Amino acid sequence: MNAHSTDIAGDPVTQKGEALLSVENVSLRFGGVKAITDVSFDIRKGEIRAIIGPNGAGKTSMLNCINGFYHPQDGRITYKGVRRTRVRPHQAAAAGIARTFQNVALFKGMSTLDNIMTGRTLKMRKGFFWQALRHGPAMAEEIEHRKVVEDIIDFLEIQHIRKLPVGKLPYGLQKRVELGRALAMEPELLLLDEPMAGMNLEEKEDMCRFILDMNNQFGTTIALIEHDIGVVMDLSDRVVVLEYGRKIADGTPGEVKTDQRVIDAYLGVAH
Amino acid sequence: MFYREAGQYKTNYAADMAVFPLRQDRIGIAVILLIAFVGVPLAGNDFFLSSVMIPFLVFSLAAIGLNILTGYTGLISLGTAAFMGVGAYSCYKLTTFFPGVNIIVLILLSGLFSAAIGVVFGLPSLRIKGFYLAVATLAAQFFLQWAFVRVPWLFNYNASGAIEVPQRTLFGLPVTGAAATPETRYFVCLGLVVMLTWLASNLVHGRLGRSWMAVRDMDIAAELMGIKLLNAKLIAFAVSSYFAGVAGAMMIFLWYGGGEANDVFTIRLSFNILFMVILGGLGSLIGSFMGAAFIASLPTIMKFGLPALGVPLSGATAEHVTFMLVGALIIIFLIVEPHGLARLWQIGKQKLRTWPFPY
Repeated sequence: MNAHSTDIAGDPVTQKGEALLSVENVSLRFGGVKAITDVSFDIRKGEIRAIIGPNGAGKTSMLNCINGFYHPQDGRITYKGVRRTRVRPHQAAAAGIARTFQNVALFKGMSTLDNIMTGRTLKMRKGFFWQALRHGPAMAEEIEHRKVVEDIIDFLEIQHIRKLPVGKLPYGLQKRVELGRALAMEPELLLLDEPMAGMNLEEKEDMCRFILDMNNQFGTTIALIEHDIGVVMDLSDRVVVLEYGRKIADGTPGEVKTDQRVIDAYLGVAH
Repeated sequence: MFYREAGQYKTNYAADMAVFPLRQDRIGIAVILLIAFVGVPLAGNDFFLSSVMIPFLVFSLAAIGLNILTGYTGLISLGTAAFMGVGAYSCYKLTTFFPGVNIIVLILLSGLFSAAIGVVFGLPSLRIKGFYLAVATLAAQFFLQWAFVRVPWLFNYNASGAIEVPQRTLFGLPVTGAAATPETRYFVCLGLVVMLTWLASNLVHGRLGRSWMAVRDMDIAAELMGIKLLNAKLIAFAVSSYFAGVAGAMMIFLWYGGGEANDVFTIRLSFNILFMVILGGLGSLIGSFMGAAFIASLPTIMKFGLPALGVPLSGATAEHVTFMLVGALIIIFLIVEPHGLARLWQIGKQKLRTWPFPY
């Protein structure tokens, strides 16, 4: 297999290319609450980067900073060599950052197909006039993107639910549709916020397979928040560990696993 | 038994993405159009055409407009009547300035003015939602209604303050004014409504419609898909107000044939159209027609239909009973079937598909 299997053994991972995104000394406060304090790390092109930590460590806040929902008070975020200040979520989307949410954020009234088609919004160009006619160029464009969406549906093995409204789907499938919607954006950086939360073992295995395949086949760089340590150790190339908004460890899964501060953070310290 | 998709294979995406993918549905819509274009004018008398069918068509168009805003984009508006009024007065001014231009062209153009006003009053929608947006659109309703009375330029300085609909012709037939027959007006209304419904259906099935629904269902995720919320919402306001404006122009020029428009475009009309959308089904074009048919025809049925069947009911009582019925039905629908008549229709179709089996 590839480098992933050697991660568990703790071998240093070979450099996966230059940094796609780097976070430098980022701090985020909500009034007096310090959500993130002076955190720095980078995400390299083509790697699977896990962000872990106990509840309330600031993992989701970190993702929100990266795709522009929050604007950190201090520090800087550089994406593809460009420093980004006060970027809006739709600008982040245009720059190639996609994401899924911890609690599924699908468009509940729409079908699976329409949900994933929405992911193609930025790639569609035909104007109001042609859309109102729904013939000629607009229809050709719809069909062209429908083909891409069908490929994604095949990839995620959700053919049987393509016409169903997503609000009625079971949770595991909803997560999968959400992944499909993010994938439809053909992102360079995909942020996954607990993609396996609340799933059973089989569903988790499926999801892991999709994440690895995405990384291998499409070369998508993935940043992943996950509580299942087994999954994190197996999937990720490098792991960053947060606790109370601070970074306490950063390295390969093997390094992180043996880090005393990480063990303390998860298991507690004798006082 | 008769309503099955069995054997209807789709071999390309275009067929699968059609608005009516089922053959039975296509036959159904063809039959409805045939009845509308041939059956109704043949069978209906003048009263039926001008008091039942034309109001139904006008309200359907206004309901489609509001449904695009409220049902598809999730933005509530109480200013529909005001936007209809903008359409009516714009059309009046346009006929004054360009008497030579065809009235149908002018009716379609007057919607653009309504769209522009709609965009202005839609600007707050980026910051405020739900209740608060409803109040902001209420401001549009009151301000515009005030303008219809207080800005005499709008009604050409008439002493009565009324819109005087001039006679305009199409292929030599009078379309507007006192000489226009109900048949002509009905055909013009029908043509406009069918065309605009087709455009609305195209829009909601395309990228724009998906963006609107995305904004409605989960605006955070929509933004993350690269949808600019302000753009999507303002386009929804523009399209919605356009439909309302055209409906308003049709109302005065093809239905009322003039009159004091400030009496017509009141908050009561706004609410009535909102009720049509709620009863018919939020986020459904067919539902807009169902809701409009129901609410527009109920008073007529109560007033003229029941006495004709031998039920003794005076005009005033009929009106009261109509109010009570509509009120009760809205409460019942909100509790039992929030998706309205359109959902009942869907459930019925599903039952037909599986009949005689329960599922």
